[in-house]
Order: sequence, then structure tokens, then C-alpha cells
Amino acid sequence: MAELELKNLYDDFRDGETIKAYARIIAEDAAKLEKPINIMEVCGGHTHTIMKFGLPQLMPENINFIHGPGCPVCIMPKERIDHAYVLAMQPDVILVTLGDMIKVPGSNGSLQDARSKGADVRFVYSPMECIKIAEENPDKKVIFFAIGFETTTPMTAVLLDQVIKKEIPNILFHINHVTVPEVMKELIDSRDIHVDSYNNKIDAFLGPSHVSVISGSKIYEEFPRDYNRPVVVSGFEPVDVMQGISMIVKQFVENRCELEIQYKRVVTYEGNLNSQRLMKTYFDKVSLFRWRGLGNVPDSGLKLKDEFAQYDAEVVFKDVLPIAEIEDHKLCICGDILRGMAKPPECTIFGTACKPTTPIGSCMVSSEGACAAYYKYGNLIK
Amino acid sequence: MTKNITIAHGNGGEENNELIKNIFYKHFENEILAKSEDAAVIEDGKLAFTTDSFTVSPLFFPGGDIGKLAVCGTCNDLAMMGAKPKYMTCSVIIEEGFSTRELEKIVRSMKKELEINGAIVVSGDTKVVPKGSVDKLFINTTGIGEIEHQGISASSLEEGMSILVSRDVGAHGATIFAAREGISLESSLQTDCASLYPQVKALMDADINIIALRDATRGGVAAVLNEWAKSSDVCIEVEEEKVPVQEEVKGICEMLGFEAVDLANEGTFVLAVAKEDEAKALEVLQQTHASSALIGTVTEQHKGKVILNSSWGTKRFLDLPTGELLPRIC
Repeated sequence: MAELELKNLYDDFRDGETIKAYARIIAEDAAKLEKPINIMEVCGGHTHTIMKFGLPQLMPENINFIHGPGCPVCIMPKERIDHAYVLAMQPDVILVTLGDMIKVPGSNGSLQDARSKGADVRFVYSPMECIKIAEENPDKKVIFFAIGFETTTPMTAVLLDQVIKKEIPNILFHINHVTVPEVMKELIDSRDIHVDSYNNKIDAFLGPSHVSVISGSKIYEEFPRDYNRPVVVSGFEPVDVMQGISMIVKQFVENRCELEIQYKRVVTYEGNLNSQRLMKTYFDKVSLFRWRGLGNVPDSGLKLKDEFAQYDAEVVFKDVLPIAEIEDHKLCICGDILRGMAKPPECTIFGTACKPTTPIGSCMVSSEGACAAYYKYGNLIK
Repeated sequence: MTKNITIAHGNGGEENNELIKNIFYKHFENEILAKSEDAAVIEDGKLAFTTDSFTVSPLFFPGGDIGKLAVCGTCNDLAMMGAKPKYMTCSVIIEEGFSTRELEKIVRSMKKELEINGAIVVSGDTKVVPKGSVDKLFINTTGIGEIEHQGISASSLEEGMSILVSRDVGAHGATIFAAREGISLESSLQTDCASLYPQVKALMDADINIIALRDATRGGVAAVLNEWAKSSDVCIEVEEEKVPVQEEVKGICEMLGFEAVDLANEGTFVLAVAKEDEAKALEVLQQTHASSALIGTVTEQHKGKVILNSSWGTKRFLDLPTGELLPRIC
């Protein structure tokens, strides 16, 4: 077998002719539909692909995208960001987090602002870098502000596993991990009295493949079975997404409602059992996690198990961390966008008061947020 | 403006422009500065004059170091105005405790680069500051060059003109990112850091009428094209698949969620010429870098905007990079 190169992972999956061929198949099949279908891509990574590669321009009129809540940075409520800010401003603390989390504004500002005021804030690509930082700064406390869905949770679990095994004394965790299926359920069957999601418009889900690499496709089984929504687990390249959409449209044409996997090259039914075991070892579900824009979602967040409280920054620093919940900006309609009730340009502050450089709502913050993707890749050109 | 300066204000993109406009231009206002070119044109178009400070971390990186960068950066700004670099100043701010050997190594690589440009350092300054006041070593260079080709300007682009890049894009940004603390990616990538005067001279010697010329430093090719589109009030349409990007740069962009056109370069320029000069210009550029390419044309579709056309028939705007470049999360 020829050696696998990085480019093999994306080159063919961006082939113009293949993308055009799928566009034709989708158009032919969609012509047979009796009513339009709204497909929610749950994950921000998919939103990014769809907007960056201009895929809405290739869709027939009766196929519509709803951009879901799967951007870990976007859904972080302000009070959690304030936690990060307060922790970063503590003496002798190095706050470490992932990527664009440092841009999100809390009520005192973002972690970038904390950094400009002298706080030691760092971003890493791999959480394992925390070990190096902790070793180089033995007199400081390194706090890993952990964010993300099932995709990044195993990395946090591995870091904690190493911290315990290597007896590293100066690494703490602030856990903000959330899970995908619970919020999908919330979107179609809300139990929060503040959120009227019963008139949601979601007809089918495009499921993120990387979540299923960890958790398996099994986590989506209940959606076709109990909620009558087909799910196609799909990869992130444009050809993957186009094929995934084509599979969804075919299900409607053929009157099927199933769980299917487009990303067969990696995703299995069971997923990565080692990762799942590690996550079970260290994390418990929290009964309610407040999502920015969506409100409380039952069982959707994770926390460290009580037996690991000594590593939990929320426990260790509980005296300084604010507890009040902070509401979203009144003009911001991120909640409606995340539930598929509105598109970013329908927001009165989109692109004016709320821009990637000065985000007000959560969806404008990360490059994977729906508003930021609309702003950057402008669907102004039709 | 935000109350405090953040890293984003130095990104070469939107916030950076805002800072310059709202503070420096406001107080220093004059006709020459307002042109906002790579180098100021003074003395009736005879001389080009520019300055640049260098604060790169790490100081030594694959394919170059801060010294090479400090000469290339300033000389390239002169070359981009069609000027031959002549005289330079060199000021250094050194952190207490810095290694003398490393300093000499850096100055030696400055000398080598000066020779390529045919320029000399004629004045300088050294300051040593207490530990922690700067990150090891900062260098400022100022340069004067003699203009050999007049009229190069960001505001002279017209419909039908052709846009070329002098080589594959994004190599410097990707190299620095891969070498940065907290990322630890291993790669055989090298920065593109190089003096551009020899290539500009070759274009002039071939009698090519250079309309616009700019090295795509911070903010990358995206920033240059956006500035041109705005300054000339035209639309620049780029064929995405024609933009040359090395496989390794592509790989790093894929992993971290960047776009190669947003990444900084230190030896890559964008060139605008009339359609009839396009083939000859490409031939000259390819003598130095086989990867140089024709990437787009000037149109009227959306004035002031840059459009990327995909090979599957979709279009999108290519905007100025905003914020600090940060790797995406998943």
C-alpha cells in the first residue's frame, strides 16, 4: 500500500467535479420531494465547511440548512468565561485553554484582555502541553480551562490520567465539556419552560463524524427511532458534506428514516472504547448545563467526579469564582439561530454592532459560529 | 477602539488598521503618510524611505533568523516601491543576559543579506534593558532607496489587469506557527524570508510595466488584495485553485484551521500588470520560483471586494484577516 500523506485526507474530498456531480444528484432527487427539508448540521465544523466552500449556492431551493449549536466556544455562557477571567487574574496562575476560547468576551472582557492586563494566558493545540508548562513553572499553578464536545473530552481525560500517574502537583482543571446527543434532543423536544422549541423546523440531522469517532454512531440511534429524524454521520470535507446531504435527501425520497454513516472510512458503531472508558473513569454528567443562547439543557455537561475534587479548579478556587448567571444581550438572537428559527442576517445587530472583532452574541465569537461564518464567507453572492 | 491594546492590534488586519488610523494618522497627518504605501516616496519621487521593527519569536527559525528578517523586511519595502535599497540604519534593543555569540550570529546574517541588496548600514543605536523588559532582542531598521521605476501604486489597478504571486504563499507564517511554543508540530518547512530586490530588478530589466507591487507580509496575500481592491475601487477575482500553496503549508492550515492566504510571508510579493504583460512577467518570476503563478484578474463585479472562485462554481468574499490567528478547537 502506498504511503498515506496528509494531503490524501483532503485532496480528493475537494474535487470540483465530484462536488458538482453531487450537486446534480441532490437537485434531481430534491425535485421529487413534496415539501422542502431543513437539515441541521449540528457541528460548527460543518457550518464552517458549508459556508467556506459556498455549498448553499449549490443547493436547490427546497433544501435548507439550519446551523446547529455545535461550537464549543459559542455555547459557553458568560459566567463560565468570567470564571476563566477570574482564574487567570489570580496570582501565580497560568491559565491554559484551546484556540479561540481566548477571544470570547465575558462580563469583564475576554482572556485576551486579561492577557493585556498582565495575566499569563496561553493557548495550546494539545492539552498535553500543560505538562510541559507545569514542569517549566513549578512555582505556578497551571489551570487547564477545558472546553469542547466528545472530541476534546478524551484529551482532557488523558491529561488528568497523566497528572495523577506522574504525580504532577501544579495542574488543575476547569471542566466545561458538553455532549452532542443531549442538546440535539433538547432542540427537538425542549423541557425548558423558557424555550419554546416545539415549533422547531429540523427535519434531519447531519451528524459530526469526529464525535462518532470517539462515541460511535450508536449515540444517534434514538433520533430516527424515537424522534422520526434521520441522521447521517458525515465527514467535514465538502465532498463528504455533499454526499451526506445527498444521503439525507434520498431517505426522504425513498420514505426511509434511518441512521446512516457517510464517513465509513473511520466511524464505527461502537466508537473508541478506550476513550469512552477513560471519560467514564474521570467524569460525571452534570444534571443541568446552561448553554449560551439555549438555556439549561439536562445531562448535557460533564464535571470531574467528586473523588478528583483536588484537581478541580471550581472546587479549589470556589471562594473567588462568581456564581450568578448572566443573561445574553437583549438584541442578540443567537438562541433562535441555534434552534433554526432565524438566520444570522435576520439579526438587527449582525455585521453592525456585532462583528468578529467586537462580538456581542456567541455565534459571532468563534470561526465555527454560524454568524462568524456568515460574516466571513458572506452569502452575499448568490 | 478598545481600552487596552491587544495582540490583535498588531495582526496586519482590521484592528491593526484601526489603531494606525485612530491614533498615528490622526496626529501625524500629512500627504506623504496618507498614501500608506510600503515605503514613503520623497524628494520628488527620487527616493523611497521606510522603517520596520522586528520582534519575532523564536529568534532563529528554519530558513532564517531575526537578522535576516530585519534586512529583508526593510529592503523589501523599498523594493516594492521600485527602489534599489542603498542606506540603512540598525537599532537594537537587547535584553540583559542575551548571548553575545548569538548576537554576532544575527549581525553576520544581516551583513549577508545587505550584500544581496547592495545596501550598507550607515548609522545605528544599541540599548540594553533589564531582564524581562523585552523578549531577548528587538531590531529596528530604517532604509533609503533610489527609485528606479516610478509610479507603482496600490491605487492604479484597472479592470482587465492581471494579478500574480511571486511564489507559493504562507510559508513564513506556517513555519513560525509550527515552531511556536504550545503547538510543537514537526515539519521540514522553511520560511520564505528573502530579499526581493533582485526579482524586482529582473522585472524592470524585462521592461515590464509594474502597476502595483507589494510584499505579502502580515495579513498575507488576503490583506494585499483587499487593500488594492479598496485603494483602486475595483474587484479582484481570484481562482482559488490557482493560488500556489506548498503541501506542508496546506497540511498545517488544515490542522489548525487557517487559510494560507491569511498567513504572513517574508519573501513573497503580489504583482499587478496589464494583461499584455502577464505572460512575460510570469516567465521572469518563474526563473526564481517555479511556483509563481497567475492567480486572478481585476474586474468590476463587487467594487472594493476580493472574490474567491472555487472550481465547482461557488464564490465567496476573501476578507481582511481579523483578530489574532488562533488554531480552531475541533
